[in-house]
Amino acid sequence: MIIFDKVSKKFGSIIALEDVSFTLEKGEFVFLTGASGAGKTTLIKLLLGEYLPSAGEIEMNGEKVSKVSKKNLYLWRRKLGVVFQDYKLFWDKTVAENVALPLEIIKTPAKEIGEKVQKILELVGLEERKSLFPAQLSGGELQRVSLARAVITAPEILLADEPTGNLDPKTSKEMIRLFKEINEKGTTILMATHNNEIVDSFKARVIELEKGKVARDEKEGKYYKDKKKEKEEDDD
Amino acid sequence: MIKTAKDHIVRSPYQSLAAIFVLTLSLFLLSAFFLIGSGSQVILRHFESRPQVSAYLKDEAATQDIDLVKAKIQGNPKVKKIEFISKEQALELYKEQNKDKPLLLEMVSAKILPASLEVSTYDLSSLKSVAETLKQEEMVEDVVYHEDVVSSLSNWMATVRKFGLGVAVFLLTIAIMTILIILGMKISQRKEEIEILKLLGASPLHICAPFYFEGVIYGVLAAFISWGLSYGAILLSSSFLTQFLAGIPLLPVSPIFMLEVLGGLLFLGIFVGFVGSVLAVSRFSRTIR
Repeated sequence: MIIFDKVSKKFGSIIALEDVSFTLEKGEFVFLTGASGAGKTTLIKLLLGEYLPSAGEIEMNGEKVSKVSKKNLYLWRRKLGVVFQDYKLFWDKTVAENVALPLEIIKTPAKEIGEKVQKILELVGLEERKSLFPAQLSGGELQRVSLARAVITAPEILLADEPTGNLDPKTSKEMIRLFKEINEKGTTILMATHNNEIVDSFKARVIELEKGKVARDEKEGKYYKDKKKEKEEDDD
Repeated sequence: MIKTAKDHIVRSPYQSLAAIFVLTLSLFLLSAFFLIGSGSQVILRHFESRPQVSAYLKDEAATQDIDLVKAKIQGNPKVKKIEFISKEQALELYKEQNKDKPLLLEMVSAKILPASLEVSTYDLSSLKSVAETLKQEEMVEDVVYHEDVVSSLSNWMATVRKFGLGVAVFLLTIAIMTILIILGMKISQRKEEIEILKLLGASPLHICAPFYFEGVIYGVLAAFISWGLSYGAILLSSSFLTQFLAGIPLLPVSPIFMLEVLGGLLFLGIFVGFVGSVLAVSRFSRTIR
């Protein structure tokens, strides 16, 4: 479970997040929406411990981020899986090596790594691509590698920052199908996205940020709060 | 982690080679100084252990007179040992020293070689007074002593030691700085990868360890190369040095001694590589931690 309790983040005089409070229950699938600069990435970076809150507290499974020392931050991050818009893969490592990395980091025995990598690559449909390098893959495949790497350690929480940002609609839908499959296995997912089609087709909780504040938190929300707002953004 | 360190080396081979070459050069020069120092030590010991004063006797010297002089010199507390070398013994020694030169052997017989009294002292400073005493003896034809050789050799060795130590410190500092700069560049180039590793939950040690290993690998490779070069140089110059250092038990160099040199070079190489990498990592600690 994740709790954001009146979290604010300031960069000098700029307020990135202000008084943000919400709770993510175990196994939930939550979309984090909002215009660019609304604070979605800042919120994810706060969860990753890249930034510390200027005020308020973030709690994950009973542990408060403010109580985690800098040298132990890696232990906090190991509880999270992350999928990035720009994939953040190692370009000189093969698909299998990239996916195996989090397991190597937690010192998993080599035999176990091999088995887990095989299994996860089957899940994301990349078992035949395992010996290829990222430069030899399409955008959708790269994002699937990134997803496989994020979930190979079976983290309780999966964070995704615009995972479909670089993908075409068809590939995006395919990616979301994979996220759904992972969520159904019990993983809590917090996904920051701009993709209204995906949010609308997926009946999940939507937290909308606006100028650093929670503008809306709906159990089965749509991307746009109302038709008027949709039209305003379309006009922009 | 060793595999990651190996990948780092292979991915930027020129930087790695530069680090290895600088470290190799430093270790090679250090080993050269060490070997010259050790060789000089052996030469010095050889001269110190040999009779340091040779009193060549006239042909007509009688045995009882020789014994009297021997007893008189032996009574001097500064004298360590005195030995009489007859003409026949002198010939044997001459034959032994010139066994590879048959032409020289043909021309010499016991008759033309003088008998001698060979004296060694506890202290080199006593040589002169012992030589003076022997010169005053009527039956003594000539006196030769090695004070100059030994004292100049000890002075030279002291200079080599001081100079070698200074050069060693200087070279090792350069080697450490080279590794610091090269590994610093590599860490800087891998900033993005380090960021990814951090986000994936890698501990600071997991991120730093390949850089430590890389420094140590440089040290180990440089130690082996510099050792090979030193050993090769010794083997190549052996025939010349054997002639030059005739009679001095310096060559061939014992393989066990060379293994000890390798051990020393490995220790130094690993130390320099590790210190260089620790400094590089600490310089970029904000990137890594």
